[in-house]
Amino acid sequence: MSYRLETAAHPENLRRVAIDPVSRVEGHGKVTILLDEQNRVQQVRLHIVEFRGFERFIQGRPYWEVPVMVQRLCGICPVSHHLAASKALDQIVGAHRLPPTAEKMRRLMHYGQILQSHALHFFHLCSPDLLFGFDSEVGRRNIVGVAEKYPETAKKGVLLRKFGQEVIRVTAGKRVHGTGSIPGGVNRALGVAERDALLADIYRIVAWSRDAVHMAKELHTSNPALYNSFGIFRSNMLSLVGSDDKGPGALDFYHGSLRARDEDGGILFDKVDCRRYDDYIEEEVKSWSYMKFPYLKALGKEHGWYKVGPLARVQNCERIPSAFAEAERREFVDYAGGTPMHAPLAYHWTRMIELLHAAETIKELLHDDDLLGGELVAQGERGFEGVGVIEAPRGTLFHHYRVDEDDLVTMCNLIVSTTHNNQAMNEAVRHVARRYLHGREITEGLLNHIEVAIRAFDPCLSCATHALGKMPLAAELVDAEGRVIHRLSSA
Amino acid sequence: MSINPGFAPSFSLDGRQVPFTAGQTIIQAAAAAGIYIPHLCYRPELKPHGSCKLCTVKVNGRQASSCTLQAQAGMVVESDTDELNDERRALLQMLFVEGNHFCPSCEKSGDCKLQATACELGMTSPHYDHFFPSRPVDASHPDVLLDFNRCILCSLCVRASRDIDGKSVFALSGRGIGSRLIVNARSGRLGDTDFSAADKAASVCPVGVILPKRRGFAVPIGERTYDAAPISVVALREGE
Repeated sequence: MSYRLETAAHPENLRRVAIDPVSRVEGHGKVTILLDEQNRVQQVRLHIVEFRGFERFIQGRPYWEVPVMVQRLCGICPVSHHLAASKALDQIVGAHRLPPTAEKMRRLMHYGQILQSHALHFFHLCSPDLLFGFDSEVGRRNIVGVAEKYPETAKKGVLLRKFGQEVIRVTAGKRVHGTGSIPGGVNRALGVAERDALLADIYRIVAWSRDAVHMAKELHTSNPALYNSFGIFRSNMLSLVGSDDKGPGALDFYHGSLRARDEDGGILFDKVDCRRYDDYIEEEVKSWSYMKFPYLKALGKEHGWYKVGPLARVQNCERIPSAFAEAERREFVDYAGGTPMHAPLAYHWTRMIELLHAAETIKELLHDDDLLGGELVAQGERGFEGVGVIEAPRGTLFHHYRVDEDDLVTMCNLIVSTTHNNQAMNEAVRHVARRYLHGREITEGLLNHIEVAIRAFDPCLSCATHALGKMPLAAELVDAEGRVIHRLSSA
Repeated sequence: MSINPGFAPSFSLDGRQVPFTAGQTIIQAAAAAGIYIPHLCYRPELKPHGSCKLCTVKVNGRQASSCTLQAQAGMVVESDTDELNDERRALLQMLFVEGNHFCPSCEKSGDCKLQATACELGMTSPHYDHFFPSRPVDASHPDVLLDFNRCILCSLCVRASRDIDGKSVFALSGRGIGSRLIVNARSGRLGDTDFSAADKAASVCPVGVILPKRRGFAVPIGERTYDAAPISVVALREGE
């Protein structure tokens, strides 16, 4: 692990190539590459150029407003913020154990969210690269192109996402930005008609999810030279694992304790109470990005950064508590050869394993009558501080609040999933730049290799903007005086 | 079809004959006849204030507030016209930009008369530049939150507290763009008054200023006041 290529020794005389915006990711970011006269890569940075300010303007607002307000951070996985905030505020209202209906409604909402987000990412955003090739014709390298050449694949992707969105609608009240989860519980149970409508489709959804895993696996295993090495770097891994009442070390997206492994798979810490996250994680600020750089305190800045998300989760857990997904996890682990897989493109395979697990879990929940009614809210002794942690589609998400005696928020700290992967994404693009751009004439196809590496992490750059299809990708070569000497554009 | 059976005094409202009894205002007679006239600062149980101007109608060609003008036989009243509805939309747009109305995270969303009236009249954008005023939140009361960001100066709480609760907890202060809702306490804080969550004034706010604490989004989407029916139906059904 190193910061090689983060900062060039003498940037003043280097040419700058910018990918701005990075396309087919959620939100706005850009990549800048500094090249010397022989086109040798001297510096590569993934910048997050937005500033949102939620942590500041949530202060002074009443706490019960927070789960609905903070989900506006994102239009792709708002449920994650909705639930992480609710979990933190459960501690404010003293609801340390939710009624079964409330917890299961939240779980259903969350697994619907995982399903729709993973489907969106794999089919809509990444399948064009994986099916057509990273430097294939740019005009066709989008979901419309996939729909033309692989109509069944595109259709399954669209309908998988639609099903996940429908799960969210019946639990949260709306497909995007609902209100279903409130401090201490939920505001509704599932209707019988709603349950039956989902049950009518769920078996097909599970089958299609299995197909999706097979597709991702086939893509990976049929081209190991590319998939096992593209953008590869080694790092620590962090995720929640389920509490022991669901079996030790089981994959759990909704609740659990923190576990971190080193790059060889050894346990760094385990069973850490999420409320103590700031004893273990520190965030570094760098002048060139609005996104912080978290690292494990015990290992320091240079060696403590880590990755989160599907690749970390599937390898951090010891089992997946659903039959088909567990079988796929075992196959993945066997393929990796008993050591952690660090290849970024393996995110796709593990993401589809998680998609399958989400579908199987939804099926199991839909057969549970607790969803149909019962106590919706719990409360107890009033608290003044709460930490809510959840595994969002892109990784571990932390919400931390303090509330005063008048019920107003006085402190808010959010560490969103993509933030954890900040250094990891930078490492991946630096590796790709060294491997594919170094000393070569820059083309759109080569620049797309950089974006493929970023997309593998499914970054959500803290924005509801959803880039899709033909984006105004522009790369400029600028000389030392700032003059544009060459420009490539896909627009 | 004539609403007037023949002998009661009546006036014409958008071409329909509307009967009335002595002392009734135009908006009262219209509501009794099942005709909705948009309004925000009017409630039947409180003295009219005539300040929001949303209920403005044309009476014999001249504009008047229908909540304050008594009905008279033979009046020719226009209400649901393109011209008047355009002006109502403009008034609503000004109300939206003068305050901080962020419906997506407002717990009153779905129960808010300002929002529902904007939907009723087809307001699709704020049109004007937002003022983004800096207004405080008063959370000093144990049971009720005051979020002045959303105040539209309708004075319903002022009248309810004074005329029904007998407390005069609220007042409007300042002039013009400096007008604001204030609390009748030396500290200016609601927690230092004898205000109660059971007061009438606690339940008349048409927007999200006076809110019961810790309720938030307890009512799910689909079960809020204006989820099932528009305000033109709800107002007549509930006598508001």
